[in-house]
Amino acid sequence: MALATRTDNGSAVRKPPPKRSFWGSTVGKKVVMAVSGLLMLGYLVAHVMGNLKVFFGPAEFNEYGHWLRTMGAPVLHQEWALWIVRVVLLAAVVAHAVSAYQLSKRDIKARPKKYVHQRKRASYATRTMRWGGIIVALFIVWHILDLTTLTVNENAQPGRPYENVVATFSTWYGNVIYITAMLAIGLHIRHGFWSAAQTLGVGSASRDRALKAIANGLALVLTAGFIAVPVAVMTGVVS
Amino acid sequence: MKLNLRVWRQRGADAPGAMATYEVDNISADMSFLEMLDTLNEELILRGEDPVAFDHDCREGICGACSLVINGDAHGPERTTTCQLHMRSFADGDTIDIEPWRASAFPVIKDLVVDRSAFDRIIQAGGYISAPTGAAPEAHAAPVPKPDADFAFEHAECIGCGACVAACPNGSAMLFTSAKVNHLNVLPQGAPERETRVLDMVATMDAEGFGGCTLTGECATACPKGIPLPSIAAMNRQWLRANRKVRR
Amino acid sequence: MSSTDYTQYTIGDPLFDSKAPDGPIAERWDRRRFEAKLVNPANRRKHTVIVVGTGLAGGAAGATLGEQGYHVEQFCYQDSPRRAHSIAAQGGINAAKNYRNDGDSVHRLFYDTVKGGDFRARESNVHRLAQISVEIIDQCVAQGVPFAREYGGLLDTRSFGGVQVSRTFYARGQTGQQLLLGAYQALSRQIAAGSVNIHPRTEMLDLIVIDGRARGIVARDLVTGEVSSHFADAVVLASGGYGNVFYLSTNAMNSNATAIWRAHRRGAYFANPCFTQIHPTCIPRTGEHQSKLTLMSESLRNDGRIWVPKAQGDQRPAHEIPEDERDYYLERIYPSFGNLVPRDIASRAAKNVCDEGRGVGPGGQGVYLDFADAVARMGRAKVEEKYGNLFDMYAQITAENPYEVPMRIYPAVHYTMGGLWVDYDLQTTVPGLFAIGEANFSDHGANRLGASALMQGLGDGYFVLPSTINDYLARAPLGDKPDASHPEAAEVIAATEDRLNLLLSVDGDRTPDSFHRELGELMWEFCGMARTEQGLRKALDRIPQIREEFWRRIKVPGVGEEFNQSLEKANRIVDYLELAELMCVDALHRSESCGGHFREESQTPDGEAARRDDEFGYAAAWEFGGSGEPPVLHKEDLVFEYVHPTQRSYA
Repeated sequence: MALATRTDNGSAVRKPPPKRSFWGSTVGKKVVMAVSGLLMLGYLVAHVMGNLKVFFGPAEFNEYGHWLRTMGAPVLHQEWALWIVRVVLLAAVVAHAVSAYQLSKRDIKARPKKYVHQRKRASYATRTMRWGGIIVALFIVWHILDLTTLTVNENAQPGRPYENVVATFSTWYGNVIYITAMLAIGLHIRHGFWSAAQTLGVGSASRDRALKAIANGLALVLTAGFIAVPVAVMTGVVS
Repeated sequence: MKLNLRVWRQRGADAPGAMATYEVDNISADMSFLEMLDTLNEELILRGEDPVAFDHDCREGICGACSLVINGDAHGPERTTTCQLHMRSFADGDTIDIEPWRASAFPVIKDLVVDRSAFDRIIQAGGYISAPTGAAPEAHAAPVPKPDADFAFEHAECIGCGACVAACPNGSAMLFTSAKVNHLNVLPQGAPERETRVLDMVATMDAEGFGGCTLTGECATACPKGIPLPSIAAMNRQWLRANRKVRR
Repeated sequence: MSSTDYTQYTIGDPLFDSKAPDGPIAERWDRRRFEAKLVNPANRRKHTVIVVGTGLAGGAAGATLGEQGYHVEQFCYQDSPRRAHSIAAQGGINAAKNYRNDGDSVHRLFYDTVKGGDFRARESNVHRLAQISVEIIDQCVAQGVPFAREYGGLLDTRSFGGVQVSRTFYARGQTGQQLLLGAYQALSRQIAAGSVNIHPRTEMLDLIVIDGRARGIVARDLVTGEVSSHFADAVVLASGGYGNVFYLSTNAMNSNATAIWRAHRRGAYFANPCFTQIHPTCIPRTGEHQSKLTLMSESLRNDGRIWVPKAQGDQRPAHEIPEDERDYYLERIYPSFGNLVPRDIASRAAKNVCDEGRGVGPGGQGVYLDFADAVARMGRAKVEEKYGNLFDMYAQITAENPYEVPMRIYPAVHYTMGGLWVDYDLQTTVPGLFAIGEANFSDHGANRLGASALMQGLGDGYFVLPSTINDYLARAPLGDKPDASHPEAAEVIAATEDRLNLLLSVDGDRTPDSFHRELGELMWEFCGMARTEQGLRKALDRIPQIREEFWRRIKVPGVGEEFNQSLEKANRIVDYLELAELMCVDALHRSESCGGHFREESQTPDGEAARRDDEFGYAAAWEFGGSGEPPVLHKEDLVFEYVHPTQRSYA
């Protein structure tokens, strides 16, 4: 018999009902992606607000940088809160990446053969989720090496975040990498936020316009907010 | 009109396939797309060649048998089924590419014919209300608010053609599955099996090898019956709720 | 294939329905159910029942038998049981619920159906159908069928086909689809439970009768081409009607008569084969390429006016033809009913004006259905609200805007009231062989009323057959299940394989479709809307010639052991070529007019159908006389105790 789905007597095979599981399901993995994505999105919102403090001068920005280490005190020890945030974020990144990887692998397997007649489909943001995600992931590595561990930042001075930021955006490649990544993040958020809403079951016909508007708004505000800093350094507004 | 057809030919499930080119002439704009293929097949038979195999039955746009990807679009350029697509949507001298549904859950049987029995198995997993014959209460015993009845109907319109899977870059069956889940779960009659229904249907959908949903929206664009994209979100809501309620 | 004159049929013994209970008609069904023997629930799983077809009747029967505990082997040629052609029914389903408090009752539905069938149906069967109708609605609602509802959440109904009460339940224009999906889902549940084993893409090609009882079928796997045999304790045919004999019909492309015709050849009598229903409001054909016809709901006649030009061969576009040069022929001939005359009368009138050379559109095979007056009277918005989806469908197919240009319509073959003869238990003359739904002949007489087909299919499948088949299974001395080595089974398998091999080996120069089209045109002309002795004799003369040519010139490419749609088609045409002959003989012998059967020789002075109850008040059940031999006619007298035959009049 040529067809795997039929038995020798020509009838459809009755398989035992597959196991219901959360993580084993494509919907479950999407929920993990959505929740971890929203966590990261929340972090980005806080992050961009902090970034914009750069416009109030080195003192305020550096003080803010210092506060991040003491936040939670006196309940928490120095940097504990920061490490909690880092651990949660790392977990979110790993969960997001693992589910994305597994889902992508599955999706490619589910459509092994392309159509001969190809045509452009879906929006740019939708089509670039996978590559955009990879670009953002690579950027995060660079970003941490650049401004957290200061490994790749040539003129870095520990404890002087304002000066480090200026140093980073004083190089052309620093700007190119950063701005490219921010545009990718913007696109990623645009489809990702709306998509997460659908996955978590919040979407409906009546809410669709509002959700799309929020997604676009978030993408635009975050991208603009992040890009404002390198642009300010480049134009000399921040120095 | 005269047309240049490039058609996917594949002798059997395990045979290799390729696009073959045919010319058809004297095609009337009033013909349906399938009648145009009938014309080609009549010629092929008389020439002693194997006619192009394709699924079709009611030719009224309701049985869901026809299933062609035409110039990269499931069911072709109009929002309807292939059988209701007419040749006036094309121009004299056009080259038309005709391919089968592509998804690993829909293996090709021959030429343009694919095996869609995976859809049946998704329904078998829970796409029903357990109401044995004779056990039914009086029809007016459970009134259904009109908005719910309309919502159920809108989703019950699915004809199970598989265009959603064919159009999805991930070969996902979420729109098909959500249509049935939403139809039955919104009705009071469907309430007792609400949780098991969505969990088992989604699990079967995954087990059949369909891809996951990335909400590209291609499915809803291709759907000849207009099952809306938010249908998927509504099913996700049901699925999450069911996960909370059903303890394993 | 012999030259025996097919019209020289003989008359055999009269036929009696031995299962029909007597007594007051309202109590007969209960009585029959009580008197029927039951099968112990524990023993049911030992019984296998074959069901062929998964439409409303077959799907419902398979699901219900499975629920009862029988093991069901079910077959359909489609890739999924959900695609059976019941899905295409638009209008609705009748039920005597009297939710409108408008005077409806079981008795009224019974009365309307007997009368609508032009007094050629059995009273007992029709009454049972009317009784069951209310249970069908309950059942379907419980399954989640999304019928139209009103704001209060209760079911909406409408009046349909000129009936005086609102008893038609509907789901927009897709009632058949929703009912079928309900049955399909119930069937799917049984498939999952293991009680039904479904064989999709598998077509029944013959019946296996052993020791006088139906014990199995021979079927071809349409994917691999494998011919296999399947055995059971009873066989249920739910394979639909035979309208595709006409090539162009509203049936699905692959709907066919093979199952019932092969059963007929193996001993099942075929009743009233000439009773076909021609639906007046279909979209006309556009040319030679036409492969099938699409029906539009006859509700359009409520507001549309039907006309043709007064002059022959008037080629002007509709809007250029002035009012006084138009012939609103239905309003002219039938002033009191006008455009709302019954289906058969509207169809015949359209044929007449087209035969006079006054038809419109390509080939002159069409009449106008004009909404200009309706738009002027109600406004476009109101027309759109009432008929929007039908207008869209029309525009999709014809690329004409019916709000501006009158629609063109023409009658098309739609339903076949005839079918395998069955008794009250729906059992054919072959013990153990049952026929349900459109495949049998029982409930519609000579003409089917709108919204009654869905009711009958579901009634047979959900309620009647599952009650009556027990009686057969409980009584029949079945013994061990036979297998393919049984000599009678082996003979049927070999005959099927021979037939397929012969089709493949002729290697002629004509395609299957060309023969099908030729036969269809012949049948449409001589055994269509109006029939004459001369025409029928001509058809009977011609059919054997086509058959002979078929076996000489048919070309079927490919081999049998593969997915081969040409072979499927050719094999179905083999049976159409024989069935067509029986239809013509039946039409010839019934020299009265009744319902869908109009013999020009039998009309009233006004040109209406004239029934001749004294001579033809019977169901004509034909026994197969052997290959190439004329058939034997058995008459089952129809007795009317509750509804007294009257002549219809619509003038």
